[in-house]
Amino acid sequence: MDIIQILLNGIVLGSLYACIAIGFSLVWGVLNIINMLHGSFIILGGYLAFFAWQYSHINPIFLLPIIATLLFGLGYLLQYFFINKVVMSPVLTTLTLTFGLDMILYNLMTVFFTATPRRVTLDLGSLNLGDMYLPVDRLLGMGLALLLTGLLFLVMRASKIGRAIVAVRMDRQAATLMGIRVNNVYAITFGIGAFMAGAAGVIFSLVFPITTNLTGTFLGKAFVICVIGGLGSVPGALIGGIALGLIESFAGYTIGPQNATTVGFVLMLFLLIVRPTGLVGVKGYE
Amino acid sequence: MKQFLYFGAFALWIVMIAATPLLADNYTIRVAISIAMFSAMAVSWNFIGGFTGYPSFSTAAFFGLGCYAGALAQRNGVPLVLAWVFATLFVAVFAAMLGAIILRLKGHYFAIGSIAIVDLARLITSSWGSLTGGGDGLNVPLLQGTPQEVSALVLYVMLAILIVAFLTSIYVDRSRLGFGLKCISQNEDAADMVGVNTTSFKIVAYTLSAVFCGAIGAVYASWVGYIDPTDSFSILLTLKVPVMVLLGGAGTLLGPVLGAGVFVLLEEVFWANFLEWNRAILGGIIVFQIFFLPNGLLKIQYRTLFRKLMNKLAEAPKPAEKSS
Repeated sequence: MDIIQILLNGIVLGSLYACIAIGFSLVWGVLNIINMLHGSFIILGGYLAFFAWQYSHINPIFLLPIIATLLFGLGYLLQYFFINKVVMSPVLTTLTLTFGLDMILYNLMTVFFTATPRRVTLDLGSLNLGDMYLPVDRLLGMGLALLLTGLLFLVMRASKIGRAIVAVRMDRQAATLMGIRVNNVYAITFGIGAFMAGAAGVIFSLVFPITTNLTGTFLGKAFVICVIGGLGSVPGALIGGIALGLIESFAGYTIGPQNATTVGFVLMLFLLIVRPTGLVGVKGYE
Repeated sequence: MKQFLYFGAFALWIVMIAATPLLADNYTIRVAISIAMFSAMAVSWNFIGGFTGYPSFSTAAFFGLGCYAGALAQRNGVPLVLAWVFATLFVAVFAAMLGAIILRLKGHYFAIGSIAIVDLARLITSSWGSLTGGGDGLNVPLLQGTPQEVSALVLYVMLAILIVAFLTSIYVDRSRLGFGLKCISQNEDAADMVGVNTTSFKIVAYTLSAVFCGAIGAVYASWVGYIDPTDSFSILLTLKVPVMVLLGGAGTLLGPVLGAGVFVLLEEVFWANFLEWNRAILGGIIVFQIFFLPNGLLKIQYRTLFRKLMNKLAEAPKPAEKSS
């Protein structure tokens, strides 16, 4: 296989990975919570896209804003009514709580949607440039993922709520004194995390078959990317995602696809110990 | 006095579990084995999670490694008991070496790192097909004897592991080690300053949290006769054990045993009655416990609770009288 093809595959996969990890990184960075629900949010987004597409035959790309907004609402409510109550507790408590919530959501999904793998098939064909081969649905997914990442970056940087989130992340008490309603900001942040997860799920349903059994896999990817890229910055998650995509792509080619994920985890453990701030370890969402 | 009451309760509980093969049917014995198994793992986790306050989620890695080490040793001709001992030692050495690396992390990073260990162990086991049988799993030589004899044997071995783990936790609780671990839990830097050798203390706690899980894993593999990577290294297991300890009361001696017992019994009831909703109900228990039992069942002030309840009952009719 051509090295350029591997590189391209890696970048396409990496952009999707970035989209997975960005919400997770935001929640971890701002709320200091390891969100075990993230994988289920992604799958929920994917399932909603599939069923909406099946019933209405509208291209899921146009449904993406609606589905992602639904997930925003779900995330907002979960944070506002449950997680906010223990948000200052040690990691053991918050992680266990989100895991408990994840078990409930997971069970609901398996009951209502069943675990059959499902995929939105748009049959868009593929681009052939020379001897390179690029399916159009993947390119589309990559474009959407990058677009969303860029949008989130702008929101964090330029909007009022984005600035409020950054302020709360820097100093919770000072932000309270400045008149920021911290609980509300937390809920919105968690909502944005769920929004990005839902959007990533919609994109994934265009590219890969979606099933509930994948929640753990997606969560694992989010862990790895956050550690590679460093917490709490949009560029960090983007770089971490693309780095992981490239690593998996090359590892899959050289030592076999079944070992690609292992390489990611080994690298993550290595980085955790050597450089826990990540490759792009910046302090906040500046 | 209170302590004697507690240990008396523990002894009575052990005797009750131990008596099941004589009195009850096979299903009850199976539940008893589950209780002994999870109690032992919960008591183990308590060393690192309860005493030391480190959010370790690597229980399933130790359990799974114990499963595979025991199974592979037996398949290569090592006698049963020796294979169990080998698996235990293997997991202990593994945990000590891993601890020396991973315990440099704190808080969220430690939590993520310890979960990643489970994922990594599963991935390596799945892809190292020539040694571990890969995703097809591994058949483990069956124990000799009738089903009743086998389950009784497994139950007694698991109970023995539980008792050893429990006695170790009593010893640690009263020793210098336990004191140091509690210091680390409160403030690691301060503990370091006053001369607690935090690094080696943490490694010892981490190894203790692994060694009994390894032993349990090896015995479990012999009991079920078949292991595969997904079941041995399951994320669900790795989170269930801390939840049991939190349910009972982290950092206490009896909390893990109480929590594991209650959790396994609840789980059995839900498996039997609400198969489809089993996972959601367990999730609901976790959420309930975080909000309403933050310190566990042992730390509830039952007397104050009872008095409050009585006061409420006594007050309740009064407004009604006034209004009438």
